[in-house]
Amino acid sequence: MSLTYAFIAIIRRDLVLALRRRSEVANPLLFFVLVITLFPLGIGAQPNLLRAIAPGIIWVSALLAAMLSLDSLFRSDFDDGSLEQILLSPYPASILVLAKIVAHWLVTGLPLLAIAPLLAIFLGLPNQSLGVLLLTLLLGTPVLSLIGAIGVALTVGLRRGGMILSLLVLPLYVPVLIFASNAVAMASSGLPVQAQIYLLLAILLCALVLAPWPTAAALKMSIT
Amino acid sequence: MKISLPYLEGRGLSCIRDDRVLFEQLDFSLKSGQVLLLEGKNGSGKTSLLRILCGFREPDSGTVICCGETINDSPYYADLAYVGHLDGIKKELTVSENLKVSLALSQPGRYSMQQALAKVKLEGYDDVLVQALSAGQKRRLSLARLLITHNRLWILDEPFTSLDKEGIALIESLMIDHCLSGGMIVLTSHHETHLPGVDIQRIVLS
Repeated sequence: MSLTYAFIAIIRRDLVLALRRRSEVANPLLFFVLVITLFPLGIGAQPNLLRAIAPGIIWVSALLAAMLSLDSLFRSDFDDGSLEQILLSPYPASILVLAKIVAHWLVTGLPLLAIAPLLAIFLGLPNQSLGVLLLTLLLGTPVLSLIGAIGVALTVGLRRGGMILSLLVLPLYVPVLIFASNAVAMASSGLPVQAQIYLLLAILLCALVLAPWPTAAALKMSIT
Repeated sequence: MKISLPYLEGRGLSCIRDDRVLFEQLDFSLKSGQVLLLEGKNGSGKTSLLRILCGFREPDSGTVICCGETINDSPYYADLAYVGHLDGIKKELTVSENLKVSLALSQPGRYSMQQALAKVKLEGYDDVLVQALSAGQKRRLSLARLLITHNRLWILDEPFTSLDKEGIALIESLMIDHCLSGGMIVLTSHHETHLPGVDIQRIVLS
Protein backbone atom coordinates (compact mmCIF):
# COMPACT_ATOMS: atom_id res chain seq x y z
CA MET A 1 0.00 0.00 0.00
CA SER A 2 1.53 3.26 -1.07
CA LEU A 3 0.73 6.92 -1.09
CA THR A 4 -0.51 6.68 -4.68
CA TYR A 5 -2.84 3.90 -3.64
CA ALA A 6 -4.16 5.96 -0.72
CA PHE A 7 -4.64 8.96 -3.04
CA ILE A 8 -6.64 6.89 -5.51
CA ALA A 9 -8.60 5.17 -2.75
CA ILE A 10 -9.77 8.53 -1.38
CA ILE A 11 -10.79 9.80 -4.81
CA ARG A 12 -12.64 6.57 -5.47
CA ARG A 13 -14.38 6.67 -2.11
CA ASP A 14 -15.57 10.23 -2.67
CA LEU A 15 -16.80 9.45 -6.18
CA VAL A 16 -18.77 6.45 -4.91
CA LEU A 17 -20.21 8.61 -2.13
CA ALA A 18 -21.18 11.28 -4.67
CA LEU A 19 -22.90 8.65 -6.76
CA ARG A 20 -24.90 7.48 -3.74
CA ARG A 21 -26.05 10.93 -2.68
CA ARG A 22 -26.79 12.45 -6.04
CA SER A 23 -28.75 15.51 -4.90
CA GLU A 24 -25.62 17.01 -3.37
CA VAL A 25 -23.91 16.76 -6.74
CA ALA A 26 -26.88 17.91 -8.77
CA ASN A 27 -27.52 21.03 -6.69
CA PRO A 28 -24.60 23.20 -7.88
CA LEU A 29 -25.11 22.14 -11.48
CA LEU A 30 -28.82 22.89 -11.30
CA PHE A 31 -28.05 26.27 -9.75
CA PHE A 32 -25.59 27.03 -12.57
CA VAL A 33 -28.14 26.15 -15.24
CA LEU A 34 -31.01 27.98 -13.54
CA VAL A 35 -29.15 31.25 -13.02
CA ILE A 36 -27.94 31.33 -16.60
CA THR A 37 -31.34 30.50 -18.06
CA LEU A 38 -33.00 33.22 -15.98
CA PHE A 39 -30.80 36.00 -17.37
CA PRO A 40 -32.28 36.08 -20.90
CA LEU A 41 -35.75 36.15 -19.34
CA GLY A 42 -34.81 39.01 -17.06
CA ILE A 43 -33.03 41.09 -19.68
CA GLY A 44 -35.60 40.64 -22.42
CA ALA A 45 -35.15 40.65 -26.19
CA GLN A 46 -31.75 42.33 -26.36
CA PRO A 47 -29.45 39.74 -27.94
CA ASN A 48 -26.54 42.17 -28.29
CA LEU A 49 -26.54 43.10 -24.61
CA LEU A 50 -26.86 39.45 -23.66
CA ARG A 51 -23.97 38.50 -25.91
CA ALA A 52 -21.82 41.25 -24.41
CA ILE A 53 -22.38 40.18 -20.81
CA ALA A 54 -22.48 36.41 -21.46
CA PRO A 55 -18.86 35.74 -20.32
CA GLY A 56 -19.53 37.53 -17.06
CA ILE A 57 -22.83 35.75 -16.50
CA ILE A 58 -21.33 32.33 -17.10
CA TRP A 59 -18.34 32.96 -14.87
CA VAL A 60 -20.25 34.59 -12.03
CA SER A 61 -22.70 31.67 -12.06
CA ALA A 62 -19.85 29.16 -12.09
CA LEU A 63 -18.24 30.94 -9.17
CA LEU A 64 -21.44 30.98 -7.13
CA ALA A 65 -22.14 27.35 -7.99
CA ALA A 66 -18.65 26.46 -6.77
CA MET A 67 -19.29 28.39 -3.54
CA LEU A 68 -22.55 26.56 -3.06
CA SER A 69 -20.85 23.20 -3.34
CA LEU A 70 -17.92 24.00 -1.05
CA ASP A 71 -19.54 23.10 2.24
CA SER A 72 -19.96 19.47 1.21
CA LEU A 73 -16.19 19.14 0.76
CA PHE A 74 -15.32 18.25 4.35
CA ARG A 75 -18.69 18.46 6.16
CA SER A 76 -19.70 14.81 6.23
CA ASP A 77 -16.16 13.61 6.94
CA PHE A 78 -15.97 16.06 9.80
CA ASP A 79 -19.31 14.97 11.23
CA ASP A 80 -18.73 11.22 11.13
CA GLY A 81 -15.09 11.17 12.21
CA SER A 82 -13.63 10.06 8.86
CA LEU A 83 -11.57 13.23 8.83
CA GLU A 84 -9.82 12.18 12.06
CA GLN A 85 -8.92 8.88 10.45
CA ILE A 86 -7.58 10.60 7.34
CA LEU A 87 -5.43 12.96 9.39
CA LEU A 88 -4.15 10.07 11.54
CA SER A 89 -2.89 8.27 8.48
CA PRO A 90 0.90 8.02 8.28
CA TYR A 91 0.71 9.53 4.79
CA PRO A 92 1.07 13.31 4.40
CA ALA A 93 -2.26 14.93 5.17
CA SER A 94 -1.78 17.55 2.44
CA ILE A 95 -1.67 14.89 -0.28
CA LEU A 96 -4.74 13.10 1.07
CA VAL A 97 -6.53 16.44 1.28
CA LEU A 98 -5.54 17.12 -2.33
CA ALA A 99 -7.20 13.81 -3.25
CA LYS A 100 -10.41 15.02 -1.62
CA ILE A 101 -10.20 18.32 -3.52
CA VAL A 102 -9.61 16.53 -6.83
CA ALA A 103 -12.63 14.31 -6.19
CA HIS A 104 -14.69 17.36 -5.30
CA TRP A 105 -13.70 19.08 -8.54
CA LEU A 106 -14.51 15.96 -10.58
CA VAL A 107 -17.96 15.92 -9.02
CA THR A 108 -18.82 19.63 -8.99
CA GLY A 109 -16.47 21.38 -11.44
CA LEU A 110 -16.33 19.00 -14.36
CA PRO A 111 -20.13 18.88 -14.91
CA LEU A 112 -20.08 22.69 -15.32
CA LEU A 113 -17.60 22.23 -18.16
CA ALA A 114 -19.86 19.71 -19.82
CA ILE A 115 -22.95 21.89 -19.74
CA ALA A 116 -21.25 25.25 -20.41
CA PRO A 117 -21.14 25.04 -24.26
CA LEU A 118 -24.89 24.55 -24.38
CA LEU A 119 -25.50 27.53 -22.11
CA ALA A 120 -23.01 29.64 -24.07
CA ILE A 121 -24.95 29.04 -27.28
CA PHE A 122 -28.11 29.84 -25.36
CA LEU A 123 -26.69 33.24 -24.43
CA GLY A 124 -25.56 33.88 -28.00
CA LEU A 125 -21.83 33.69 -27.34
CA PRO A 126 -19.98 33.52 -30.70
CA ASN A 127 -18.67 30.08 -31.64
CA GLN A 128 -15.07 31.28 -31.84
CA SER A 129 -15.03 31.91 -28.07
CA LEU A 130 -16.42 28.51 -27.07
CA GLY A 131 -12.98 26.94 -26.96
CA VAL A 132 -11.62 29.74 -24.81
CA LEU A 133 -14.62 29.52 -22.47
CA LEU A 134 -14.00 25.82 -21.95
CA LEU A 135 -10.30 26.41 -21.45
CA THR A 136 -10.92 29.09 -18.82
CA LEU A 137 -13.39 26.83 -17.04
CA LEU A 138 -10.91 23.95 -17.21
CA LEU A 139 -8.19 26.09 -15.66
CA GLY A 140 -10.38 28.19 -13.39
CA THR A 141 -12.80 25.81 -11.68
CA PRO A 142 -10.05 23.69 -10.08
CA VAL A 143 -8.68 26.92 -8.60
CA LEU A 144 -12.11 27.60 -7.10
CA SER A 145 -12.08 24.16 -5.45
CA LEU A 146 -8.48 24.51 -4.23
CA ILE A 147 -8.85 28.00 -2.75
CA GLY A 148 -12.29 27.17 -1.41
CA ALA A 149 -10.86 24.15 0.40
CA ILE A 150 -8.73 26.42 2.59
CA GLY A 151 -11.81 28.41 3.57
CA VAL A 152 -13.89 25.32 4.26
CA ALA A 153 -11.13 23.76 6.31
CA LEU A 154 -11.02 26.89 8.47
CA THR A 155 -14.77 27.07 8.98
CA VAL A 156 -15.84 23.41 9.09
CA GLY A 157 -15.64 23.35 12.88
CA LEU A 158 -17.94 26.36 13.25
CA ARG A 159 -21.63 25.78 13.43
CA ARG A 160 -22.57 28.65 11.15
CA GLY A 161 -19.52 29.09 9.03
CA GLY A 162 -21.38 29.81 5.79
CA MET A 163 -21.20 33.59 5.92
CA ILE A 164 -17.58 33.67 7.07
CA LEU A 165 -16.73 31.19 4.36
CA SER A 166 -18.05 33.50 1.63
CA LEU A 167 -16.21 36.48 3.11
CA LEU A 168 -12.98 34.50 3.28
CA VAL A 169 -13.14 32.93 -0.11
CA LEU A 170 -14.84 35.41 -2.45
CA PRO A 171 -12.03 38.01 -2.48
CA LEU A 172 -9.60 35.26 -3.42
CA TYR A 173 -11.88 34.20 -6.28
CA VAL A 174 -11.87 37.67 -7.82
CA PRO A 175 -8.63 37.35 -9.86
CA VAL A 176 -9.90 34.14 -11.45
CA LEU A 177 -13.20 35.82 -12.28
CA ILE A 178 -11.50 38.86 -13.82
CA PHE A 179 -9.00 37.02 -16.00
CA ALA A 180 -11.37 34.26 -17.05
CA SER A 181 -14.33 36.42 -18.06
CA ASN A 182 -11.99 38.92 -19.69
CA ALA A 183 -10.42 36.14 -21.75
CA VAL A 184 -13.82 34.97 -22.97
CA ALA A 185 -14.90 38.53 -23.80
CA MET A 186 -11.68 39.18 -25.73
CA ALA A 187 -12.03 35.90 -27.62
CA SER A 188 -15.55 36.72 -28.70
CA SER A 189 -14.26 39.91 -30.32
CA GLY A 190 -11.48 37.94 -31.98
CA LEU A 191 -8.55 39.27 -29.92
CA PRO A 192 -5.62 37.19 -28.63
CA VAL A 193 -6.04 35.79 -25.12
CA GLN A 194 -2.69 34.11 -24.37
CA ALA A 195 -1.89 36.50 -21.53
CA GLN A 196 -5.06 35.71 -19.60
CA ILE A 197 -4.73 31.98 -20.21
CA TYR A 198 -1.13 31.96 -19.02
CA LEU A 199 -2.13 33.89 -15.92
CA LEU A 200 -4.94 31.45 -15.17
CA LEU A 201 -2.52 28.58 -15.69
CA ALA A 202 -0.08 30.21 -13.29
CA ILE A 203 -2.81 30.72 -10.69
CA LEU A 204 -3.86 27.08 -11.08
CA LEU A 205 -0.31 25.76 -10.65
CA CYS A 206 0.30 27.98 -7.63
CA ALA A 207 -2.98 26.92 -6.03
CA LEU A 208 -2.27 23.26 -6.77
CA VAL A 209 1.07 23.44 -5.02
CA LEU A 210 0.25 25.88 -2.24
CA ALA A 211 -3.38 25.23 -1.26
CA PRO A 212 -3.18 21.67 0.19
CA TRP A 213 -0.79 22.64 3.02
CA PRO A 214 -2.86 25.37 4.65
CA THR A 215 -5.94 23.22 4.09
CA ALA A 216 -4.41 20.29 5.96
CA ALA A 217 -3.15 22.58 8.72
CA ALA A 218 -6.54 24.25 9.06
CA LEU A 219 -8.29 20.87 9.23
CA LYS A 220 -5.98 19.83 12.05
CA MET A 221 -6.96 23.01 13.88
CA SER A 222 -10.65 22.46 13.20
CA ILE A 223 -10.79 18.99 14.75
CA THR A 224 -9.34 19.96 18.12
CA MET B 1 11.51 -6.18 21.00
CA LYS B 2 12.92 -4.07 23.81
CA ILE B 3 10.55 -4.71 26.68
CA SER B 4 12.40 -2.54 29.15
CA LEU B 5 12.22 0.80 27.32
CA PRO B 6 8.90 2.62 27.57
CA TYR B 7 7.27 2.99 24.16
CA LEU B 8 5.04 5.93 24.94
CA GLU B 9 5.65 8.49 27.62
CA GLY B 10 3.76 11.53 28.80
CA ARG B 11 5.80 14.09 30.69
CA GLY B 12 4.19 16.84 32.70
CA LEU B 13 1.05 16.95 30.59
CA SER B 14 -1.53 19.61 31.36
CA CYS B 15 -4.76 20.45 29.69
CA ILE B 16 -6.74 23.63 30.26
CA ARG B 17 -10.13 24.09 28.70
CA ASP B 18 -12.12 27.30 28.98
CA ASP B 19 -10.02 28.42 31.99
CA ARG B 20 -10.69 25.11 33.73
CA VAL B 21 -7.73 22.92 34.53
CA LEU B 22 -8.62 19.38 33.51
CA PHE B 23 -5.35 17.81 34.55
CA GLU B 24 -1.91 19.08 35.47
CA GLN B 25 1.59 17.64 35.53
CA LEU B 26 0.42 14.23 34.44
CA ASP B 27 3.16 11.65 33.89
CA PHE B 28 2.82 8.15 32.58
CA SER B 29 4.83 5.63 30.66
CA LEU B 30 3.59 2.71 28.67
CA LYS B 31 5.61 -0.35 27.76
CA SER B 32 5.01 -3.04 25.23
CA GLY B 33 2.12 -5.29 26.29
CA GLN B 34 0.64 -2.85 28.76
CA VAL B 35 -2.76 -1.26 28.99
CA LEU B 36 -3.33 2.27 30.24
CA LEU B 37 -6.84 2.68 31.56
CA LEU B 38 -8.06 6.23 32.10
CA GLU B 39 -10.80 6.62 34.64
CA GLY B 40 -12.73 9.60 35.85
CA LYS B 41 -16.06 11.33 35.75
CA ASN B 42 -17.63 12.85 32.67
CA GLY B 43 -15.77 15.98 31.73
CA SER B 44 -12.65 15.05 33.67
CA GLY B 45 -10.47 15.26 30.58
CA LYS B 46 -10.21 11.62 29.49
CA THR B 47 -11.08 12.31 25.88
CA SER B 48 -8.89 15.42 25.87
CA LEU B 49 -5.94 13.32 26.99
CA LEU B 50 -6.61 10.76 24.26
CA ARG B 51 -6.80 13.51 21.67
CA ILE B 52 -3.51 14.90 22.90
CA LEU B 53 -1.99 11.45 22.48
CA CYS B 54 -3.37 11.34 18.92
CA GLY B 55 -1.81 14.72 18.21
CA PHE B 56 -5.20 16.35 17.51
CA ARG B 57 -4.65 18.72 20.41
CA GLU B 58 -1.52 20.36 21.73
CA PRO B 59 -1.02 19.85 25.47
CA ASP B 60 -1.01 23.15 27.32
CA SER B 61 2.27 22.06 28.83
CA GLY B 62 4.39 18.94 28.71
CA THR B 63 5.27 16.57 25.91
CA VAL B 64 4.25 13.19 24.58
CA ILE B 65 7.25 11.10 23.69
CA CYS B 66 7.30 7.97 21.57
CA CYS B 67 10.48 5.87 21.51
CA GLY B 68 12.47 8.84 22.78
CA GLU B 69 11.17 11.33 20.20
CA THR B 70 8.30 13.77 20.24
CA ILE B 71 5.29 12.45 18.37
CA ASN B 72 5.15 14.91 15.51
CA ASP B 73 6.61 12.55 12.97
CA SER B 74 5.04 9.83 10.95
CA PRO B 75 6.66 6.69 12.45
CA TYR B 76 4.40 7.22 15.44
CA TYR B 77 1.30 7.55 13.30
CA ALA B 78 2.16 4.40 11.37
CA ASP B 79 1.89 2.49 14.66
CA LEU B 80 -1.24 4.16 15.96
CA ALA B 81 -4.90 3.33 15.54
CA TYR B 82 -7.67 5.39 17.05
CA VAL B 83 -11.34 4.64 17.57
CA GLY B 84 -13.12 7.61 19.04
CA HIS B 85 -16.64 8.71 19.86
CA LEU B 86 -17.26 9.15 16.16
CA ASP B 87 -17.06 5.88 14.28
CA GLY B 88 -15.19 7.25 11.29
CA ILE B 89 -17.19 5.06 8.95
CA LYS B 90 -19.30 6.21 6.05
CA LYS B 91 -22.91 5.13 6.25
CA GLU B 92 -23.42 5.29 2.48
CA LEU B 93 -20.61 2.79 1.87
CA THR B 94 -20.71 -0.94 2.39
CA VAL B 95 -18.84 -2.70 5.16
CA SER B 96 -16.07 -3.89 2.86
CA GLU B 97 -15.75 -0.52 1.08
CA ASN B 98 -15.22 1.15 4.45
CA LEU B 99 -12.55 -1.32 5.45
CA LYS B 100 -10.80 -0.99 2.08
CA VAL B 101 -10.46 2.77 2.58
CA SER B 102 -9.03 2.25 6.09
CA LEU B 103 -6.61 -0.27 4.67
CA ALA B 104 -5.52 2.10 1.91
CA LEU B 105 -4.77 4.80 4.49
CA SER B 106 -2.51 2.50 6.48
CA GLN B 107 -0.35 -0.59 6.17
CA PRO B 108 -1.92 -4.06 6.14
CA GLY B 109 -1.97 -5.67 9.55
CA ARG B 110 -2.28 -9.09 11.14
CA TYR B 111 -5.62 -10.12 9.74
CA SER B 112 -7.22 -10.01 6.32
CA MET B 113 -10.56 -8.28 5.93
CA GLN B 114 -12.45 -11.58 5.97
CA GLN B 115 -10.66 -12.77 9.09
CA ALA B 116 -11.26 -9.48 10.85
CA LEU B 117 -14.98 -9.51 10.01
CA ALA B 118 -15.19 -13.08 11.31
CA LYS B 119 -13.40 -12.00 14.50
CA VAL B 120 -15.94 -9.27 15.21
CA LYS B 121 -18.85 -11.52 14.17
CA LEU B 122 -19.76 -9.53 11.08
CA GLU B 123 -19.05 -12.21 8.50
CA GLY B 124 -21.49 -12.17 5.62
CA TYR B 125 -22.10 -8.42 6.00
CA ASP B 126 -19.48 -7.44 3.39
CA ASP B 127 -21.89 -5.91 0.92
CA VAL B 128 -24.33 -4.43 3.40
CA LEU B 129 -24.54 -0.64 3.54
CA VAL B 130 -23.41 0.59 6.92
CA GLN B 131 -26.62 2.57 7.41
CA ALA B 132 -28.43 -0.77 7.64
CA LEU B 133 -26.30 -1.90 10.58
CA SER B 134 -27.23 -1.46 14.23
CA ALA B 135 -25.23 0.83 16.53
CA GLY B 136 -23.44 -2.14 18.10
CA GLN B 137 -22.56 -3.57 14.70
CA LYS B 138 -21.15 -0.21 13.59
CA ARG B 139 -19.03 -0.19 16.71
CA ARG B 140 -17.71 -3.64 15.90
CA LEU B 141 -16.96 -2.53 12.36
CA SER B 142 -14.91 0.41 13.60
CA LEU B 143 -13.06 -1.98 15.92
CA ALA B 144 -12.45 -4.35 12.98
CA ARG B 145 -10.38 -1.54 11.52
CA LEU B 146 -7.88 -2.12 14.34
CA LEU B 147 -7.38 -5.69 13.20
CA ILE B 148 -6.82 -5.16 9.49
CA THR B 149 -4.33 -2.31 9.74
CA HIS B 150 -0.79 -2.43 11.04
CA ASN B 151 -0.52 -0.88 14.48
CA ARG B 152 1.01 -1.33 17.90
CA LEU B 153 -0.81 1.28 19.91
CA TRP B 154 -4.59 1.31 20.12
CA ILE B 155 -6.20 4.47 21.43
CA LEU B 156 -9.80 3.69 22.27
CA ASP B 157 -12.35 6.16 23.57
CA GLU B 158 -15.17 4.27 25.29
CA PRO B 159 -14.82 1.20 23.04
CA PHE B 160 -17.65 -0.65 24.78
CA THR B 161 -20.38 1.89 24.07
CA SER B 162 -23.48 0.27 22.55
CA LEU B 163 -21.97 -3.23 22.59
CA ASP B 164 -23.86 -6.13 24.17
CA LYS B 165 -22.31 -8.45 26.77
CA GLU B 166 -21.13 -10.82 24.10
CA GLY B 167 -19.62 -7.94 22.14
CA ILE B 168 -17.78 -6.66 25.18
CA ALA B 169 -16.33 -10.09 25.90
CA LEU B 170 -15.31 -10.34 22.26
CA ILE B 171 -13.50 -7.00 22.25
CA GLU B 172 -11.84 -7.81 25.56
CA SER B 173 -10.46 -11.03 24.10
CA LEU B 174 -9.16 -9.10 21.08
CA MET B 175 -7.52 -6.62 23.43
CA ILE B 176 -5.85 -9.43 25.38
CA ASP B 177 -4.58 -10.94 22.10
CA HIS B 178 -3.21 -7.58 21.06
CA CYS B 179 -1.37 -7.04 24.34
CA LEU B 180 0.04 -10.55 24.49
CA SER B 181 1.55 -10.04 21.05
CA GLY B 182 3.34 -6.91 22.23
CA GLY B 183 0.72 -4.29 21.46
CA MET B 184 -0.36 -1.49 23.75
CA ILE B 185 -3.72 0.03 24.49
CA VAL B 186 -4.74 3.36 25.94
CA LEU B 187 -8.44 3.39 26.68
CA THR B 188 -11.17 5.11 28.61
CA SER B 189 -14.06 3.11 29.89
CA HIS B 190 -16.88 3.32 32.36
CA HIS B 191 -17.34 -0.44 32.27
CA GLU B 192 -15.37 -2.74 34.51
CA THR B 193 -12.81 -4.22 32.13
CA HIS B 194 -11.69 -7.82 32.56
CA LEU B 195 -8.32 -8.33 30.99
CA PRO B 196 -6.76 -11.30 32.80
CA GLY B 197 -3.04 -11.73 32.27
CA VAL B 198 -2.51 -8.16 31.08
CA ASP B 199 -0.56 -5.49 32.92
CA ILE B 200 -3.04 -2.67 33.51
CA GLN B 201 -2.06 0.80 34.70
CA ARG B 202 -4.82 3.04 35.92
CA ILE B 203 -4.85 6.81 35.86
CA VAL B 204 -7.71 8.44 37.69
CA LEU B 205 -8.47 11.95 36.46
CA SER B 206 -10.45 14.13 38.79
